Amino acid sequence: MLSSVPPIYFLIVSAVIFAIGAVGVLIRRNAIVIFMCIEMMLSAVNLTLITASHHLNSLDGVVMVFFVMTVAAAEAAVGLAIFVLLFRGRGTIKVDEINLLKW
Amino acid sequence: MIELVWLIPLFPAIGFLFNGLIGRWVGLDKRIVGWTACSALGLSFLFSILIFFSLLQLAPEARAAVPDTVLFDWIVSGDLKTVIGYKVDPLSIIMALVVSGVSFFIHIYSVGYMHDDPGFTRYFAYLNLFVFMMLTLVLANNFLFMFVGWEGVGLCSYLLIGFWFERDAPANAGKKAFVVNRVGDFGFLLAMFLIFVHLGTLEFNGVFAGAHSLDAVTVTIITLLLFVGAAGKSVQIPLYVWLPDAMEGPTPVSSLIHAATMVTSGVYMIARCNILYSMAPVSMAVVAIVGAATALFAASMGLLQFDIKRVLAYSTISQLGYMFLAVGVGAFSAGIFHLMTHAFFKGLLFLGAGSVMHAMSGELDMRNMGGIWKRTPITFWTFLIATLAIVGIPGFAGFFSKDEILWQAFNSGHRYLWLVGAVAAGMTAFYMFRLVFVTFFGRCRASEEVKKHIHESPPVMTIPLVVLACLSVIGGYVGIPHVLGGRNFFHEFLAPVLGGHPEGAGHAAFSLVRPAFASGGAGEGAGINMELLLMGVSVAIAIIGICIAFYLYIWKTKVPKRLGERFKTIYTIVFNKYYVDEIYEACFVNSTKRLGTFLWHRFDDGVIDRSVNLVADLMLWLGRVLRRIQTGRVQGYALGIILGAVIIIAFLIR
Repeated sequence: MLSSVPPIYFLIVSAVIFAIGAVGVLIRRNAIVIFMCIEMMLSAVNLTLITASHHLNSLDGVVMVFFVMTVAAAEAAVGLAIFVLLFRGRGTIKVDEINLLKW
Repeated sequence: MIELVWLIPLFPAIGFLFNGLIGRWVGLDKRIVGWTACSALGLSFLFSILIFFSLLQLAPEARAAVPDTVLFDWIVSGDLKTVIGYKVDPLSIIMALVVSGVSFFIHIYSVGYMHDDPGFTRYFAYLNLFVFMMLTLVLANNFLFMFVGWEGVGLCSYLLIGFWFERDAPANAGKKAFVVNRVGDFGFLLAMFLIFVHLGTLEFNGVFAGAHSLDAVTVTIITLLLFVGAAGKSVQIPLYVWLPDAMEGPTPVSSLIHAATMVTSGVYMIARCNILYSMAPVSMAVVAIVGAATALFAASMGLLQFDIKRVLAYSTISQLGYMFLAVGVGAFSAGIFHLMTHAFFKGLLFLGAGSVMHAMSGELDMRNMGGIWKRTPITFWTFLIATLAIVGIPGFAGFFSKDEILWQAFNSGHRYLWLVGAVAAGMTAFYMFRLVFVTFFGRCRASEEVKKHIHESPPVMTIPLVVLACLSVIGGYVGIPHVLGGRNFFHEFLAPVLGGHPEGAGHAAFSLVRPAFASGGAGEGAGINMELLLMGVSVAIAIIGICIAFYLYIWKTKVPKRLGERFKTIYTIVFNKYYVDEIYEACFVNSTKRLGTFLWHRFDDGVIDRSVNLVADLMLWLGRVLRRIQTGRVQGYALGIILGAVIIIAFLIR
C-alpha cells in the first residue's frame, strides 16, 4: 500500500514540517516552544531518512533514524534540565531576555 | 694509539662539565675543583706525549699521512658533509703538546694564584673549557670543526677577560676583545665559504689535495680572508687593539690565552694552510709585511709603558709579528718553532708578572716596585731566564727561533723586513730589560704597607715557573740550525706537513718570493757565513738594547725623565700608543654607534614598531566593529546558521 504513494509526497511533507520547525525556532520566544520546534525538525529529517531508506531498499536510513531519536531523547533530558535551572535563576525562559552572553 | 687522539680534548671537556655543572651547584671544595681541573689537563698532556711518541715511531713520510680519526658525521646536507674528526700529524701534535703542556703548568699555577678568589670554581670551569676548545682548534681535521674551536676560544677569552665583571674595565675589555675578534672571524667565514664553493669540501686533506685546481686570484682572495681571521685572533695590525686591554683578566689567563696559546692560533692556521699560501705570493707578501710592521710598531709601544702586564702584552703582539713574518716569507716551520718557544718564555713572563703582583699586593705599576729580587728569588731568576730567552741571548730558546726567522727573512730576499725585525729585536731587548731593571732592581718605591708583605709565592706557583724556565732554556735545542752543528730536528719533524721539499718544487712557479725552506739546508759556503754574521748582528743588537736599558735605568736613572721632557711630543705620542684607540674610537666605534642610534630611532622605532602598532590598532578597530553582531540573542545566531545552511545547500545543488 505504502509503495503506491510516490516518495516525493513524503519528502514534501517532511520539507513542510521542517520549514514550520525552522520558522518556529526563529520567531518564537518561549524556550520550550523553540525546543519543540527543534524536535519537529528532527522528526522531519527522520521522515526523509525513512523515505529514502524505503525507496532505496536499504536499512541505512532506518539505523540513522534510531540514532537521531536516541540523541533527541538525550537532548530533551538535558535541554529541559537547563530550562528548569534557567527559570529558577532568572524567573523567565523567554530567550530574548536571556541575552547575557554578548560583548 | 693514534686513534685515541679524541681523548686529548675529551678530558678538559669532562673537567669543564664537572666543575661547571656540578661544582657550581654543590659548592665543591676548592681542593676537589683544583685537582679535577689539573688532572684533566695532566691526562691530556700525557696522551699528547704518548701520541707524539707513537707518531715519532712512524717513518717521516708516513707521519703526515696518518688517516684522520673520524668520530661521526656532523652536518650532512646536500653537498656539504662535515665530520667530527681529528687530524694527527707533526704540526697538530706539536700544537697539542704545547697547548696541553703549557696549560697544565698554568693550571697548577692558577690553583695558587686564584686561591682566595670567590669565583674559583667558575674560573677553572672556564679554563678547562678554553683548553678543550683550543685542542679542538688544533686537532680538527676540517675547517668548520676548526672554526668551532676558533669561536670557542674566542668565547672563553671573552669570559676570562671579563672574569671580574663586577668592575667596568674588565667587562669592557672583554667586550672589546669579542667585537674585534668578530671582525676577524668574518674573514675566516668568508674564506670558508669560498673554499667550499670552489672545492666542495672543507676537510683539510681534500682542500689541500684539490688546491692546485684553484686559480691564482681565488686562492689569493681566500688566503687574504684567512689572514684577516688570523690577524683578529693573533693581534696583527690593524686588529691588535684588544690585546692590551685584555690584560684586565686574571694574570694566568693572560699567560695561557693571551700569550701562549690562543693568540698563536692564527699562526697555526696559516701554517696549516701553507699549501694555499704557497700558491698566493701576494698574500704571503701581505702576511710578511703586516707581521714585520706589527713587530716593530708593537715593540715601540712597549718601550714606554709602566704597567708590567701591558709591556708584556705589547711584547706578545710584537713576537706574534715575528711569527707572521716567518710564515709570510715561507718559513712555516720557523714560525711554529718560535710559536713554541714563545709559548714557554712568554707564558713564564706572565706567570712571573703574576708572582710579582702576588708579592706586591696586586700592584701593576712598575714605578711602584723595585729592589725586590732578593725577596723573591725564584720569581726573579725565572723571570730573568725568560727575559734572556725573549731577547735572544745565545743558549736560550728564543735565540734559536728568533734568529731562524730573521735569517729566513734575509735569506728569502726580504732585506728590509730583516732590518725591521732586527730593529724590533733591539727594542725588545731594551723594553724587556727596562722591565727587569725597574721591577727587580734599584730602590724599592712601594709604600711601607706593601713593603712589609713582599714575599715569595708558594711552591704551587713557583714550581710551574721553574718548569717553564727549564723549557725556556732547553726548548730551543730541538731546533739547532745546521750552521751551528745541529740537525734542526724540529724543522725535520715538521717537514712532511710544512713542505720541507727543497726549494718548494711544486710551488716555485707561483712564487715571486723564493720560498725559504730548509734553514741552511742548502749548504753554500757564503750562505753559512752570512747566517753566522747575521746571528752575530742580532746578538749585538740585543746586547746594545740591554746596555741602553742598563744605562738608563740602573746607572743614570735621572736620564729617562730628562729625555722624556726633551722629546715631549714623541714621548706623549708613543706613551699614548700613537692614539690608535682614540682614532678607532673616532672612526669606527662612534660612526657605528651613530648608525646604531639612527637605525634605532628611525628604523626600529619609526618603521618596525610603528607597523606593528598599526596592525594592532587595525585589529582593535575591527574587533570594535565586528563585536556588534554578537547580540546575545540565540535566535539571531539560529538565523545565521539557517541562512548559512541554505546558502551552502543552494551552492551545492546549483
